[in-house]
Amino acid sequence: MVHQILFIVFGLICVAGAVNLLIQKHPINSALSLVVVMASLALIYLLLGAEFVAAIQIIVYAGAIMVLFVFVIMLLNAGSEEHTTGSRMALMVGVPGIIILGGTVAWMLVRGSAGLGGVTIGATDFGETHQIARLLFKDFLLPFEVTSVLILIAIMGAVVLGKREG
Amino acid sequence: MVPLSWYLILSAVLFSLGVFGFLLKRNIITIFMSIELMLNAVNLSFVAFANYWNMHPRVLADGQAIVPLSGHVFVFFVMVVAAAEAAVGLAIIISVFRTRETLNVDRVNLLKL
Repeated sequence: MVHQILFIVFGLICVAGAVNLLIQKHPINSALSLVVVMASLALIYLLLGAEFVAAIQIIVYAGAIMVLFVFVIMLLNAGSEEHTTGSRMALMVGVPGIIILGGTVAWMLVRGSAGLGGVTIGATDFGETHQIARLLFKDFLLPFEVTSVLILIAIMGAVVLGKREG
Repeated sequence: MVPLSWYLILSAVLFSLGVFGFLLKRNIITIFMSIELMLNAVNLSFVAFANYWNMHPRVLADGQAIVPLSGHVFVFFVMVVAAAEAAVGLAIIISVFRTRETLNVDRVNLLKL
């Protein structure tokens, strides 16, 4: 019962933040709504017993990535978005398309959910950092090393792109 | 006990809102934030399925057991890739703004300056 109430509260905060991201005109307001979405998603991860994932969600997503976004918005002095003719076309085609997409996925999940069981509040011995570390450094060692190369390439790419020419 | 489908429906709703923003918003930074929203929605279903397989262990046809914690590891990798993508994408946005003086994607429709 507690699990359901907490899920509904944080799920509604999530959806409200995502809707606010869409209806706000100024990008800084959208960025702050995205922080709300990520923070409440972190709490939903905690409900699922994923402590490590909840922690890195706050540290990496709500912390590092969103600070980068806000920094760029401030740096570029971005104003409110202007509406151009191309966006009306997207409105006419996009809105029905997304409603159909969301409705189809929700209908399929509701119809097929009889075969799926429930999810309980995570057991205490699941999703702890040392278990993830063992998996990450044994079974997923090669992908882990490849991501470090990816991060290095991303840093170099960002530096090259950000360099002022001439 | 919450049905798994609730988590999946929340994930689908967040993903749809992300696609919605990607199609409708004209500001390049907001479009980028919609992509982050979609990545987060997928992460939610990864974590929900990790918990589900922990509660309902199952052995695959070839005798291998499902490792539920792989879902958490995948979320970790998605976050790493999202961080790399944010760094490069924001650098591209800055260089677009330098050359075009605009953030509206409708005004960035030519390869040539």
